[in-house]
Amino acid sequence: MSEMDSTHGTTTTAGPATDDVSPDDDAVATGTAGARPEAIAAVTAVAHRMLPADGVIADHARLRTYECDGLAHYRVTPALVVMPETTGQLAAVVRACAEQRVPFVARGSGTGLSGGALPRADGVLVVTSRMRTIREVSPADQRAVVEPGVINLDVTKAATPHGYYFAPDPSSQQICSIGGNLAENSGGAHCLKYGFTTNHVLGAEVVTPDGDVVPLGGTAPDAPGYDLLGTVIGSEGTLGVATAVTVRLVRLPEDVVTLLVGFGSTDEAGAATSEIIGAGVVPAAIEMMDALAIEAAEAAVHCNYPEGAGAVLVIELDGAHVDVEHEVEQVERHCREAGAFEVRVAKDAVERALIWKGRKSAFAAVGRISPDYIVQDGVIPRTALPGVLRAIAELSSSSGVRVANVFHAGDGNLHPLVLFDDGVEGAAEAAEKVSGAILDLCISHGGSITGEHGVGVDKAAYMPKMFTDDDLDTMQMVRCAFDPQGVANPGKIFPTPRLCGEVPGRRKGVHPAQAAGLAEAF
Amino acid sequence: MATQTTAWLADAARTALDGACDAVREAGAGDAVDGVAPAVVTAPTSTEEVASVLAAAHAHDLAVVARGRGTKLTWGLPPSRCDVVVDVSGLDRVLEHAAGDLIVRAQAGTRLADLQAAVAAAGQRLLVDETVPGASIGGSIATAAAGPSRVAVGTVRDLLIGVTVVRADGVVAKAGGRVVKNVAGYDLGKLVTGSFGTLAVVTDAFFRLHPLPEARRWVSVEVADPAAAQRAGQAVVQGQVVPSAVEVDLPAGGPGTVTVLLEGLGAGVEGRAATTASLLTEATGATVSHAEAEPAGWGRYPWHDDGAAAGRDGDRATGLKLTTALSGVGDVLAAARDAAAAAGVPVALRGSAGAGVLYGALPAGTDAAAVAAVVEATRVACTARGGSLVVLDAPPEVRDAVDVWGPVPAIDLMRRVKDQFDPGHLLAPGRFVGEI
Repeated sequence: MSEMDSTHGTTTTAGPATDDVSPDDDAVATGTAGARPEAIAAVTAVAHRMLPADGVIADHARLRTYECDGLAHYRVTPALVVMPETTGQLAAVVRACAEQRVPFVARGSGTGLSGGALPRADGVLVVTSRMRTIREVSPADQRAVVEPGVINLDVTKAATPHGYYFAPDPSSQQICSIGGNLAENSGGAHCLKYGFTTNHVLGAEVVTPDGDVVPLGGTAPDAPGYDLLGTVIGSEGTLGVATAVTVRLVRLPEDVVTLLVGFGSTDEAGAATSEIIGAGVVPAAIEMMDALAIEAAEAAVHCNYPEGAGAVLVIELDGAHVDVEHEVEQVERHCREAGAFEVRVAKDAVERALIWKGRKSAFAAVGRISPDYIVQDGVIPRTALPGVLRAIAELSSSSGVRVANVFHAGDGNLHPLVLFDDGVEGAAEAAEKVSGAILDLCISHGGSITGEHGVGVDKAAYMPKMFTDDDLDTMQMVRCAFDPQGVANPGKIFPTPRLCGEVPGRRKGVHPAQAAGLAEAF
Repeated sequence: MATQTTAWLADAARTALDGACDAVREAGAGDAVDGVAPAVVTAPTSTEEVASVLAAAHAHDLAVVARGRGTKLTWGLPPSRCDVVVDVSGLDRVLEHAAGDLIVRAQAGTRLADLQAAVAAAGQRLLVDETVPGASIGGSIATAAAGPSRVAVGTVRDLLIGVTVVRADGVVAKAGGRVVKNVAGYDLGKLVTGSFGTLAVVTDAFFRLHPLPEARRWVSVEVADPAAAQRAGQAVVQGQVVPSAVEVDLPAGGPGTVTVLLEGLGAGVEGRAATTASLLTEATGATVSHAEAEPAGWGRYPWHDDGAAAGRDGDRATGLKLTTALSGVGDVLAAARDAAAAAGVPVALRGSAGAGVLYGALPAGTDAAAVAAVVEATRVACTARGGSLVVLDAPPEVRDAVDVWGPVPAIDLMRRVKDQFDPGHLLAPGRFVGEI
């Protein structure tokens, strides 16, 4: 059971409560407005011809299995599901979609938390879970070549015997796929030191929205030409589907030490975080949990965190033994100076696992203290942590909505868990309001609406708060280059699609051609 | 080629740009972009002025080349047209340094060295090497120039977290932002990094910073040949000494060195240096030397070494960039040496054995056909090892004799991106892959 399965309990729309999203907009974004049965039939025929019989699902009851990803309160049943086993099969289906102008959505393991793999009612869901071969592990080149459905942790498992691992470690790493990691530019607890998926992919074979198979990047760095690989990574399936990924492998560190530190308050823990990083130490991870999150974790997994703590930090240091030894001393000193009342240092893998158990179970554990909750993923500059946490506490007390805080303190990536009971009238709306206000806080501090979960359908409406029309228009030029027909995962990331082919320039509101019914808004 | 510099064009350009920017002047002899003379030079001092200039140029179909500090304008191909040089050296301010957040925002014309000095005051650094003295932030982004420290944290693409650009049509857009962790929207920073100014003009950027290390130590060993360099490099990258750089330096003829940079806390560096020394000795059988200062040529391209660059009347050396999967470093070095020997020319090789990115220099005045033979043979070796060969810098007669950028598999998609961003092909036209 992964934490992803129980992340969301609500069936209401957790979009921004403050912005109006008309039912018509939703219908355009999810494709419920205009299915074209003859076009779907044409794609289905191609799929039947190219794929094994059990790789094509058109039966309504079975299609419903795929109606959502890890963000379960958005549900749309796709018109067709295909599970290709080869690049050729996948490309054939995408090509058929392009020819028929049928939207398609790629899905790996379906663990995403922003609805990036939410199907289209008028489209095809391309599931990569049958493309699970690890083609090559090459320690001498410090790389592996894997298919998109390969599970994140399995890459590390394949590399470990050679003394290597795959650094990005989203908390769903036991079930999430590399293809999904690439689409979302996944992070994880250790990206503070090691970076994100985009820093660990050297190349990819990508099926473009036209159905062409294109190699991007290489097996060596700095392939000549535009960095289309870096552009595709994190594009949430809107620029194509990766069918093979060359990942960098990182040498296992000689030593790893994990500390669990108890503080009286999040202010103290935040100050310690700033001190440690300010002193020039770059830990592999610095994670924070507040009292409510600790309470939930205790209830769920009895992690035995320091009693009475208003906040704990989980700090991991790795590297050469001589360095780690000194860094542990330094970190412990900074924590004590910031007011830590307990510092535990895990000496071995078993003790480390125990410390991480509380942190890693936190999302799911919140289910023990609240029937429903919303996970946010906002980012703030690290130095703004204390102020923003206080503001969240004020929001919580003034609204009566409880908020548990579990987050990557080192890089300012917050995961506030906004708790509510959907059985209580108005509770979901109140929670959504608090959730939206937290994102506003992040934006007003110069941060981001998403650090690692992606925009998807969930936060598309917030994009205009972070970016101007011109910013969004410019981003969508990339989309128009890759996908002029707008068939690759339409309705995600961008609240207002750009009509491709028009002369670049500033536009406001609905495009005249769209208003006149002359063009489709993909 | 200076045929486009006609009086009427200069007048037209000045009229077009009149009011867009305070500083507009007629181009002089020093303003040619790799031999292509512009009509006018503008020196905007703000993003808004850059936007006005580009909008005016766009309206009048004038081709534009952005110039930072002009240190790498001869890289790639010369522009097919150049009416206006947008000199961004006036955008030279470090706009913000949030030391506590380990980020910095600087304007495109800021010298890398000036930025480093500004952040060093807080014990921090931008881990982008100044591979050419005097280089600007904008030029480093446009060319994706990188040096030895790419082993530690990657290159510009990995450190750039936010960017402001002016499009060919004069529209200002930004992507990313001031926080390191951010997946909102497309990563346009990566798209413009290494795009040679062909998609948009970068006016400022946010970067992630790193702490200055307490101690630095260079550990070197002599290597007799490419095979020994390969063994030394692999011994270190396969070890657990966490090197910040693993550089190989093979001068033309004779033995070379492999040098490992270790950085961090004093005691840690001490311990790792000792381990590194025994790894290197084991791999090569040679004696190891330690240094606490940069060895000569560290982080500089071999074609900038004395002798290699000095040609007659500004004649230039040929600079190659060779990439390979890590296991192929020795093979590529050997292939380049063999090809040079066969062509009867000297080749100096240097670069990152820890990243698989190497640079080669053929002296100024080398016969173009000989250079072409070296390029062709070495490119085969690079491609066979998953990499590529690019002729970064070369005199005109050499460029005419070689395929500068080499094969680019996704070129059609790249053309489509160019056509979206710059449908009139007004930004640095012809300088990039596929004559984009």
